[in-house]
Amino acid sequence: MEKKVTFTIDNKECTATAGSFIVDAARKNGIYIPTLCNYDGVKPAGSCRVCTVKVNKRHLTACTTPVAEGMEIEVDTAELNDLRNAVVELLFTEGNHYCPACEKSGDCELQALAYRFQIMAPRFPFQFNERDIDASHPKIYHDHNRCILCKRCIRAVKDKDGKSIFEFNNRAKEVRIKLDDKLGETLSDELALKAMEVCPVGSILVKEIGFKTPIGKRKFDRIPIGTQETTEQLSHKEEHHE
Amino acid sequence: MSKPVIATTSLAGCFGCHMSFLDIDDRLLDLIELVEFNKSPIDDIKTFTKDCDIGLIEGGCCNTENIHLLKEFRKRCKILVSFGECAIMGGLPAMRNDISVKECLEEAYLSGPSTVNEDKILPNDEELPMILDRVYPCHEIVKMDYHLPGCPPTADMIWIVLHALILDVDIELPYEVIKYD
Repeated sequence: MEKKVTFTIDNKECTATAGSFIVDAARKNGIYIPTLCNYDGVKPAGSCRVCTVKVNKRHLTACTTPVAEGMEIEVDTAELNDLRNAVVELLFTEGNHYCPACEKSGDCELQALAYRFQIMAPRFPFQFNERDIDASHPKIYHDHNRCILCKRCIRAVKDKDGKSIFEFNNRAKEVRIKLDDKLGETLSDELALKAMEVCPVGSILVKEIGFKTPIGKRKFDRIPIGTQETTEQLSHKEEHHE
Repeated sequence: MSKPVIATTSLAGCFGCHMSFLDIDDRLLDLIELVEFNKSPIDDIKTFTKDCDIGLIEGGCCNTENIHLLKEFRKRCKILVSFGECAIMGGLPAMRNDISVKECLEEAYLSGPSTVNEDKILPNDEELPMILDRVYPCHEIVKMDYHLPGCPPTADMIWIVLHALILDVDIELPYEVIKYD
């Protein structure tokens, strides 16, 4: 039998399977911890820091930290919520996120977090960094203005041999997501669609299907991210993964 | 007690936010019971005739006239509200922000595919406002007190916020009214 551990989240007594990550353990106990770079069924990366919680008074990412016996976890505190807001605001100011002109608007997880947190305007100055759009591939295009470098596409979209179809190019400020030259050539329709789904923002889009869902029926139009129904919608995909 | 006074303007915007303002529909009738309008396209008053309580600013700042007007609004209004995505972050006009002004003007007035400009003249009349190096969000020019996102902000949000500001009560926004698109 699986070993169970008990711990507290915001002083609420919780139990979960030993070794499960805090994000998943919290969800099993009915507590939502906001995430962005995390994707069900894919190895967590802890890159976006949106899921930051305090474990025994120390800041840790809930998507990469396994629960352990006796942990005292803080999730919904003023300090942590402000920190999460700040991370989302930084992403909005660092890239060029023109929501009104984006196909993913309404289905975008970055935007959904901002809606949930009721962010009216970011506290940081907009950077207006110069980024390109790469539409050279016949099936998909990359809008680097919107990419938040979460690596979800790299981690989740793989060919039949388990090789990543997307990759990081360049370094530091210049880093960009790119299709692997060889594997990209044979990208199937199915994998192209999956890449678009996996992308939390509107950075990877399949050509010729934009604005298919009418306003009002998109994923986060009426239901905030992290509530029961959207969580279910998102976890439908997890069955396909490793 | 006299009614609170509202002023509105559109800087580098498309008037979409003002259209959404009109979309509060029959609540407009309630609104004019509660407030008086001063400088605004809604009543076509062109210059301030008194100090105002609430100023709604649509659009960001793309030229010197926008900056002048925004500063005037700041002086004349107790509460200034960034009204829509363009006021908050520049919006679609800000898509030129990573392109040089020279390149923008040349594309618009000299080399555009549908441009006929035999004398190769760029707009240079001194009456015309100067275009800025980039489009600025309103809060980078003056202090803005509130931000209403959306392209345009939903009519419900405009109503809830205005109503709360007029009556001086807390603003409580339901999830569905905050949209960035």
